[in-house]
Amino acid sequence: MSATVDTALDNNTQSDHEHHGPAKGIARWLFTTNHKDIGSMYLWFSFAMFLLGGCMALTIRAELFQPGLQLIEPEFFNQMTTLHGLIMVFGAVMPAFVGLANWLIPMMVGAPDMALPRMNNWSFWILPFAFALLVSTLFMEGGAPNFGWTFYAPLSTTYAPDTVTYFIFGVHMMGVSSIMGAINVIATILNMRAPGMTLMKMPLFVWTWLITAFLLIAVMPVLAGVVTMMLMDVHFGTSFFNAAGGGDPVMFQHIFWFFGHPEVYIMILPAFGVVSQIIPTFSRKPLFGYHSMVYAVGSIAILSFIVWAHHMFTVGMPLFGELFFMYATMLIAVPTGVKVFNWIATMFRGSLTFEAPMLFSIAFVVLFTIGGFSGLMLAIAPSDFQYHDTYFVVAHFHYVLVPGAIFGIFAAVYYWLPKWCGNMYDEALAKWHFWLSFVGMNLAFFPMHFLGLAGMPRRIPDYALQFADFNSISTVGAFLFGATQLLFLYLVIKTIRSGEKATDQVWEGAEGLEWTIPSPAPYHTFSTPPEVK
Amino acid sequence: MRSRLVYRALSLLLSAIYAADVSAEYGLNMPRGVTEVSQSVYDLHMTIFWICVVIGVVVFGVMFYSIFKHRKSKGAVASQFHESTTVEVLWTIVPAIILVAMAWPATTTLIQMYDTSDSDVDIKVTGYQWKWRYEYLGEGVDFFSNLSTPKEEIYNTKAKNENYLLEVDNELVVPINKKIRFLITANDVIHSWWVPDFAVKKDAIPGFINESWTRIPEPGIYRGQCTELCGKDHGFMPVVVRAVEQEEYDAWLLAKQEEAKAAAELAKLTFTLEEQMKRGEEVYNTNCAACHQANGAGIPPAFPALKGSEIAVGPVEKHLEVVVNGVQGTAMQAYGSQLNDVDMAAVITYERNAWGNDTGDNISAKDIVEYKQK
Amino acid sequence: MSAESSYYVPAQSRWPIIATVGLFLTLVGAGSVMNASSAGESTGMSWLMFSAGSLIMAYMLFGWFGHVIQESRAGMYSEQMDRSFRWGMSWFIFSEVMFFAAFFGALFYVRVLAVPWLGGEGSNASTGELLWPEFEATWPLMTNPDPSLFPGPKALIDPWHLPLLNTILLVASSVTVTIAHHALKDGKRTALKIWLLATIALGLVFLFFQGEEYVEAYRDLDLTLQSGIYGTTFFLLTGFHGAHVTLGTIMLIIMYFRIQKGHFDKDNHFAFEATSWYWHFVDVVWLGLFFLVYIL
Ligand code: HEA
Ligand code: HEA
Ligand code: HEC
Ligand code: CUA
Ligand SMILES: [Cu+2]
Repeated sequence: MSATVDTALDNNTQSDHEHHGPAKGIARWLFTTNHKDIGSMYLWFSFAMFLLGGCMALTIRAELFQPGLQLIEPEFFNQMTTLHGLIMVFGAVMPAFVGLANWLIPMMVGAPDMALPRMNNWSFWILPFAFALLVSTLFMEGGAPNFGWTFYAPLSTTYAPDTVTYFIFGVHMMGVSSIMGAINVIATILNMRAPGMTLMKMPLFVWTWLITAFLLIAVMPVLAGVVTMMLMDVHFGTSFFNAAGGGDPVMFQHIFWFFGHPEVYIMILPAFGVVSQIIPTFSRKPLFGYHSMVYAVGSIAILSFIVWAHHMFTVGMPLFGELFFMYATMLIAVPTGVKVFNWIATMFRGSLTFEAPMLFSIAFVVLFTIGGFSGLMLAIAPSDFQYHDTYFVVAHFHYVLVPGAIFGIFAAVYYWLPKWCGNMYDEALAKWHFWLSFVGMNLAFFPMHFLGLAGMPRRIPDYALQFADFNSISTVGAFLFGATQLLFLYLVIKTIRSGEKATDQVWEGAEGLEWTIPSPAPYHTFSTPPEVK
Repeated sequence: MRSRLVYRALSLLLSAIYAADVSAEYGLNMPRGVTEVSQSVYDLHMTIFWICVVIGVVVFGVMFYSIFKHRKSKGAVASQFHESTTVEVLWTIVPAIILVAMAWPATTTLIQMYDTSDSDVDIKVTGYQWKWRYEYLGEGVDFFSNLSTPKEEIYNTKAKNENYLLEVDNELVVPINKKIRFLITANDVIHSWWVPDFAVKKDAIPGFINESWTRIPEPGIYRGQCTELCGKDHGFMPVVVRAVEQEEYDAWLLAKQEEAKAAAELAKLTFTLEEQMKRGEEVYNTNCAACHQANGAGIPPAFPALKGSEIAVGPVEKHLEVVVNGVQGTAMQAYGSQLNDVDMAAVITYERNAWGNDTGDNISAKDIVEYKQK
Repeated sequence: MSAESSYYVPAQSRWPIIATVGLFLTLVGAGSVMNASSAGESTGMSWLMFSAGSLIMAYMLFGWFGHVIQESRAGMYSEQMDRSFRWGMSWFIFSEVMFFAAFFGALFYVRVLAVPWLGGEGSNASTGELLWPEFEATWPLMTNPDPSLFPGPKALIDPWHLPLLNTILLVASSVTVTIAHHALKDGKRTALKIWLLATIALGLVFLFFQGEEYVEAYRDLDLTLQSGIYGTTFFLLTGFHGAHVTLGTIMLIIMYFRIQKGHFDKDNHFAFEATSWYWHFVDVVWLGLFFLVYIL
């Protein structure tokens, strides 16, 4: 029986080697090897996770609206915080960028598809299963993981609920998926470029993804390693993180952050790439300093391996370590600054228009930089003793992640959506989406700076009275921002269903191979490689 | 520019929603604190903050200039320049120099913070789920510090007091103008001991000791919190430090030492079941209710119910074992070293008779001593 | 279009989704086995799930690779495709290197930092003084900070017996697999088979001795997973290495059968090459282990 199905599905292509359109029904999505199908699935999955993780954030915010315990108990609050962090990082941001990579990299380098199309499908389908496993722990005895997305031992080992086992295997699955996805991206970029597309001609989005993929392959196995150590400590009596046996709980943090810090750049580099595509288009002017942009991304990636312990300034490292990690972290401001300056130089004396992708990109530059500044403040070790594990940190990373990663994704979707589905989106609605997101997001996260400085620790379900006002404002902002995303959902569906037909080039100033093919992009593109001058 | 807008929006909202609420004073910035270290940290914080503001104003200034001047709708025509090694080098080097300027004061402050030598008072601080233990090394003073905010305030059935969630039953008392060294560790998971006014924040790692120090120039009450996620009640383990003059400190130390002796005396007396129940309930509510709940129902499966539990109504021996020695590898700590024998006897008696566990057993401090000696 | 000029983009495939289901069942099954046995509950259903998952995985591997082999032999792969596979395999091995790096990093950390701190050396002298007054920092760690919870091992594996022998075996196997590769490139198929069989044999003997060593450790030396950080790092590092040798040996065996069936020629034998890369990688890891775990 299996043999026949096999033939029907796979061997078909051998006889009928002509490229054809998508299959029908559910089979199309389960069995597909097409980078566009897989890209779409990644994007939809990621958006679903964004909503789920967002609802958890709203649960947190609702509880924090006022002092006292109103809606949920502390145990559940901790589960919400943990799942919110995990789902947003591994379920929303990373898959969204992989989705963009799938859609865009082959079209940008002139390749017929990803290098390893079947593995590509596997990378995707692991994710829904991994998250089903993770989320299902909410309904199991003992509840979901409650030890924060950073799952510090021994809270996550000796003192964890039983479901930690499923959490560990869920993380393993996400790791497998990410590593295979990254291998695919690298192989595609290194091997599938059209003739004439030299490395230094590649669009920046492709460059940033090449480096992101390298980071992924370097650090996801380390994450797999550290959760495996947890598994051993939980079930097999080892003592990695137990001083009584000669181990050290702090060792967990070193290994985790060796993964964790590059991970945060994994979440921002592709957004850098997106913005570097969009700003030149709407400035009608070539990107300023292409070469230095590439080197800057490379330097950020390399530096990201030697700064991890800035998350651990208060764990009691020796002074020497403290200083080393402080200096190394501060250095990252230099290449990042180069990028910011180049974007601004690109806009300078351009001919600017402000369609939704550009609005999101400008907001990205401004707000990400603010997040970068607070990052730099955190990097100053003595001050970090005051900031660490307060809402100042929460403010920092939401500024780099929400108007950073998430706005980057929104910008990308608006920019390429017409290419994907052939229809223009509704610009007026998109502007509403932008402005409401902008206001909501600042309202939600700006007050967190004040809260943190005034001394509110993170990961607490209830707080002292002096924090009440800013928390209420933040909650109002969060609900505004959240509700606005429903508008985005509506807008995307509307665009896919109907709308003004998009031209091939879509945007006046757009350049690159993806704009040379028809809109919507045909199911198979660049079966014959284009010639790049 | 943009943050000013946000700020204005914020203040508007503030006054609109909370005009009436004056009790809650809202801080916007890091407290300067009272110690030398905390003030240099504050200065460092402000220096970096202003540097960032200036860079921000310049960078965003240029950007908004382009946004307003170089827009297509105003007829701007794009120039095509796109490379200049000179400016690239310039804007690599200038930030690098600024960073060096920041790193300098940061390094000196950090070195100062790390110098724990020559202390006058040594206090071992141990984090437990969810309370702090303070041992004055060499003084024989050793006690626990629990949150004292009543449940009713947390669950909004009673108005919240001014120090809501930032108050404890036993404060850490220290002398002013003395170098106090904290030896920070934990018993179960990682906690973190933080007092903003001293700029002291150090993680409490089980099995390891971290050192930190402070020298407080003024008497006062300083409040802080645990800042490392440590489980369910992480938000409910505050730190309260009372700094006093040396004489007052000496008197306090003496009183604490006397107290311990008095407790030992108490252990020789016997109590009626009623007296035991009364004391036991108090001890239970402070030490045990966080997990096993005031009504003894626990929060299964993480924290078992004691109401009707086989251990609480079964043989006394087993009950003593669990409470005195704890259960390895679970949140159930060894209370033998935390409670004195009188309180221990009372709480066990309470558990064996409350919530319908009517065993009628009356455990005395003597029983506890005997058990411990076995 | 000929396969030379166009990149082969396979149409639909059902293997990936089968692989997903297999992986999911295997891992969830393994997780429930662990949870159930830690809680002392019955593990029957969990084992069933785990086994079903593993079977699906095995079926998938045969099917998927079988399919790829079929396509490859049908001449559908261009040189460019071959390069994709090469990049894929290289980066996969890199990811494996990083996985081991995590465990080597842990070993480094405990030896150089954690254990001395526990013994009262370095910046936090009070750790040893106040918390572990009895404990003395040594490596290998024979007495743990809390011997009542983690009784240390009685003795350790002598590096100059089985481990040295194993080192020689693995290094030799790296040589034999290279000779086999050259034989393949020279079209000498008998030599190829002999040297490949020799490699497989060396791998199997290595695994046998490794098993022997574990038995000795558990039975005679009290060196176990539970005997503190020495046993922890020892077994995790050598265990994951052993798992990789096992996988490598299976891959070599598959190569042998494919050669028996007449697969590969002197220009076209990427699967063989990938296997030998993997084998060399496993060998290098062993050298690291031999020096850092056994000798130093
Ligand atoms: C997209 C994700 C992202 C990005 C890009 C960054 C970027 C940076 N982060 Fe952030 N960070 C996180 C995500 C991210 N971070 C997360 C999720 C956490 C919390 C994890 C947890 O605990 O849960 C965290 C926590 C965190 C900490 C730990 C805080 C603590 O727990 O106490 C620190 C400390 O150093 C830090 C620093 C930095 C720095 C220096 C940068 C730099 O890369 C920023 C560089 C950018 C700029 C500086 C702005 C632009 C530059 C110029 C305009 C040039 C001129 C400027 C100067 C010379 C000042 N981050
Ligand atoms: C990319 C990552 C990412 C993103 C996008 C977000 C998005 C948001 N996060 Fe964040 N967050 C993290 C990553 C992220 N977060 C991480 C890593 C942590 C640390 C976790 C830890 O401590 O372990 C954290 C922690 C964290 C905290 C601190 C919790 C604590 O310390 O206890 C808070 C508190 O306010 C918060 C709020 C929010 C809010 C309001 C949003 C909003 O932007 C979300 C907006 C989206 C929606 C709301 C969903 C869409 C709307 C609907 C489905 C419709 C329903 C809505 C309405 C009707 C209004 N997050
Ligand atoms: C930090 C949480 C916590 C606190 C505080 C706590 N316990 Fe426990 N207790 C536990 C846990 C967890 C267990 C289950 C241990 C196990 O797995 O056997 C437990 C078990 C017990 C049991 C055995 C119940 C049974 O049926 O298994 C008794 C009796 C008990 N505790 C008494 C006390 C007393 C008395 C106090 C206070 C002096 C106290 N506990 C405080 C967490 C706590
Ligand atoms: Cu103790 Cu948080
Ligand atoms: Cu970081």
